[in-house]
Amino acid sequence: MSWLADLFKARKPEPPTAANAKERLQIVLAHERIGRTREDFLPKLQMEIVAVVAKYVAIDPGKVNVSLDRGGDMSTLAIEIDLPGPQAMPSRRAAAG
Amino acid sequence: MAEIIVVTSGKGGVGKTTSSAAIATGLAQRGKKTVVIDFDVGLRNLDLIMGVERRVVFDIVNVISGEARLNQALIKDKRVETLSILPASQTRDKDALTKEGVGKIIEELSKDHDFIVCDSPAGIEKGALLALYFADQAIVVTNPEVSSVRDSDRILGVLQSKSKRAEEKREPVREHLLVTRYDPARVERGEMLKLEDIREILAIPLLGVIPESESVLKASNTGNPVIMDAESVAGQAYKDAVGRFLGDKIEHRFLEPTKKGLFSRLFGGRAA
Repeated sequence: MSWLADLFKARKPEPPTAANAKERLQIVLAHERIGRTREDFLPKLQMEIVAVVAKYVAIDPGKVNVSLDRGGDMSTLAIEIDLPGPQAMPSRRAAAG
Repeated sequence: MAEIIVVTSGKGGVGKTTSSAAIATGLAQRGKKTVVIDFDVGLRNLDLIMGVERRVVFDIVNVISGEARLNQALIKDKRVETLSILPASQTRDKDALTKEGVGKIIEELSKDHDFIVCDSPAGIEKGALLALYFADQAIVVTNPEVSSVRDSDRILGVLQSKSKRAEEKREPVREHLLVTRYDPARVERGEMLKLEDIREILAIPLLGVIPESESVLKASNTGNPVIMDAESVAGQAYKDAVGRFLGDKIEHRFLEPTKKGLFSRLFGGRAA
């Protein structure tokens, strides 16, 4: 019956994609134009945040997940760091003493 | 003093060489003394598009290195008297081009030409940077397609920061948008970026819109700049663009799909 499915698929009009192209271009270019005049701070921000966390907690660099979504009005930078449980934590008191 | 025009795009394959050849030929047809220079060292193709590949003896790198004089390397066009071509080298690598060398050539050509058209290679490396460095005006060739529009935006940024005019803080390079391979039928179906969208995004004055046309391939097959094909829509659109460049007031054409009759719809009439 797959020929039947193909027949219907071929007939179904595809949604126009040009509007999609325009929207994606507007967003990516808005970011790239900023990048031209000043440095993109997001990669640096991410590195510094991870460094600050690492100062207090021994973190496994393999367990840091970063996701960036550049949007038109708002960008989201999500940094997910697996903190080791209390057992795995080194005794800070001993270190301080 | 000649006006120096760079034809550039960032992205490859959008029609820089086709446009350089057409515009340079068009300017020469209007009686302007014009020279078109191929900056794509190692991948020269302007000679083929102009149909002078069998007449290349010396090239721009020979001139820069002092192996040939400029007028030995210039190829006089046999169709249009006021047109000449300076080919790129096919064998040397891109480092053979130097800012000083190119500057000297442009200075010398400036003395007895009205227009110097610089056909830029793709990318934003040395060849492309040198092609745009001396420009007074830039024709940015763009296809109605996301990667081409993005690269055009990038090259506009380069023009505004790395050209000689930008470095010397003079009046900026005058920018013109040339949209090529435009297919009004696909635009109407919502499959292709609209002209208005490209204009809105790049925000530079529109010089022309060249419709997708089979005559462009035919022209390159035979080594005749497509502007010489007065029958073809692409040729006419380039002619209009040259006219606008020289200050003529010409309406934009070929922006709407051609209404096909029943006959051509049945028997497959194609865009000339």
